[in-house]
Amino acid sequence: MTDILRSDNNFILSFLKTPEIYLSYTKQDWSLLLRVARNTNILAHIGWILKHKGYFDHIPTKVKDNIDAAQRIVDYRKQTALWELNRLHHALNNLNTDIVILKGGAYLLSGLPFSQSRMFADVDILVPKDKIEIIEQTLLKQNWKSMKVDEYDQHYYREWMHEIPPLRHVVRTIEVDIHHTILPLTSRLKPSPGKLIADAASTKLYGFKTLSPCDMILHSATHLFYDSGLENKLKDLIDLGQLINHFSENNEHFTSELIERANELDLTKPLFYSLHFTQKLLGTKISAKDIQNAKYNTRISNVTLLIMNILVPPAILPEHPDHPKHRVRLARWFLYIRSHYLRMPLELLIPHLLHKSKVRWEARKTRP
Amino acid sequence: MKLGSYSISELTNKTVSKNGIILLVGPFSVRLRTRDRQFVSTLRDLYLDFSIGSADKQIIDFHIDMFSPPNHRRWIKPQINFSIDGLFPFSPFSVSHATPLFEWGFNWCIARNAQNYLLLHAAVLEKNNRSVILPALPGSGKSTLAAALSHTGWRFLSDEFCIVNPRDGKIIPIPRPTPLKNESIQVFRNFSPDAFIGPLFHNTRKGTIGHLRPPPSAVEQQNNPGIPHWIIFPKYQSNSDTNLISLDKSFSLMKLASNAFNYEIQSEIGFKLLTTMVDKCTCYNLVFSDLNSAISQLNTLADND
Repeated sequence: MTDILRSDNNFILSFLKTPEIYLSYTKQDWSLLLRVARNTNILAHIGWILKHKGYFDHIPTKVKDNIDAAQRIVDYRKQTALWELNRLHHALNNLNTDIVILKGGAYLLSGLPFSQSRMFADVDILVPKDKIEIIEQTLLKQNWKSMKVDEYDQHYYREWMHEIPPLRHVVRTIEVDIHHTILPLTSRLKPSPGKLIADAASTKLYGFKTLSPCDMILHSATHLFYDSGLENKLKDLIDLGQLINHFSENNEHFTSELIERANELDLTKPLFYSLHFTQKLLGTKISAKDIQNAKYNTRISNVTLLIMNILVPPAILPEHPDHPKHRVRLARWFLYIRSHYLRMPLELLIPHLLHKSKVRWEARKTRP
Repeated sequence: MKLGSYSISELTNKTVSKNGIILLVGPFSVRLRTRDRQFVSTLRDLYLDFSIGSADKQIIDFHIDMFSPPNHRRWIKPQINFSIDGLFPFSPFSVSHATPLFEWGFNWCIARNAQNYLLLHAAVLEKNNRSVILPALPGSGKSTLAAALSHTGWRFLSDEFCIVNPRDGKIIPIPRPTPLKNESIQVFRNFSPDAFIGPLFHNTRKGTIGHLRPPPSAVEQQNNPGIPHWIIFPKYQSNSDTNLISLDKSFSLMKLASNAFNYEIQSEIGFKLLTTMVDKCTCYNLVFSDLNSAISQLNTLADND
């Protein structure tokens, strides 16, 4: 039964924590699951769980059809991304530089099982900062084009961001984001990109590298909790849960190694939030002791944690599309402000936001 | 229960309610909510023979809302929005154009989400349990020809989407109203004066549009798949004689693939489906200017092949 009093947040989380719940699903429940999962870009992931558990053959055909559709899109994106990696290799091979594939591409190259059903949009790579200019020039000469032509945007990326303005090849549809570190230069946290590249692991594909398991998680954690407003980011939280599950499966000390590495990289806060919220929301198996240890060095006060506990769940979880709540809008607004505060000092942030609203205002004026 | 068995008021009471109405169209179930009585009335006329489902019996594919944007224009030039789960793929339309907006929006939902099927851009009809695929190349006169065939003894399966099921290679019917455009509205009225065409919508992005209600028998048989047998590329050419010319298979394959909605996304599955289909079909070009003569050619083909 889908009544209004039951929190729909719990609805999708209950499935993720105990997929067996599908046995009690009514037609309305399936409709809601399809709808919310599609909006959150995790429908193929839901299918992966059902297949993995051997339940896929027992679900209604209509649900299978919709899951097949989502998986088909994921497969197509994967194929597009792998082809882009092939082209990047072809274009950049002569430069003899380390190229580290980040996020979705990296999960795929590392053979993580859940990556087979993970939706991703862009190709993200990390390269040494002193090589970024020659890489960009080399790609521009081979028909990749910069997607931000506006002078202010160019300035914004080059002065303050952790990446150069995104590139896209003229005949292809996928965006390539080239990073020289994992957080904006203006951000409050300053992990060393050198340490990340030094620890990167080789893959079988064209000599591309991926971050080490610990750094992969720390990057994902940082991206979610220190570089986003968390709005509707359940997919990113699922990534974290899956990565932690996967790497701790055969290594009981994995979480301790993770905490140690977070200390080295100045990323203890995002790691703590990741462990805390994947455990709390997804039921990821992390011991209370490990979570305590992760919190130890963060200087996160109990008040801050209380506020995050109030704001994060409503912001990160998908809403019931028919019943949007003011509470959720408010939580998302606070976290949006928080993310900007973390990204930039106020003396840069305020002029930047003013510029953005001016651009938006002018666009509205010229709209017919 | 069919749409036609409810009055406009009864239907409007449903569409304004929290649960809306559930339309069963081809393989899709669509939950629709709207407060626009005029739109509901046109929808009832055009989808008269389609069934309405219920939320406890059907799993819903698309939750579509057609509501007015909450702004001052409500009082001056009222507008209407198409939205699916909080996404607004189009700018608002004038409220008088709600029906074409709904039809385009529905197309958008299918083209974007129904990736479990190979979606060709073609009309489909059937005679003697064999389907003919009429791919839609611009200016081909496909809709007019398909509409005319559907009123002269051919079963109407689809006007816009030829939905190929990857499980068995058969065509899943979706006999929605056919949007006739500009001159073809009059051409079709002359051809079949008794057919029902809904209100005309002027100055849309495709000119004037009138929707032709599908024949009741086509809707009744919407769950019986079609078996592809002919692929015929129609080409309307004013003052030409009717001419049905055999077409090379590999050429037909390329033409079909390049005109599909999601051939690339289907990758290997799509290639296998399409090559198997073209292998089993005979392919033609059909140049025509006179509907009656084109239809008689196709009847001869269907009865003798």
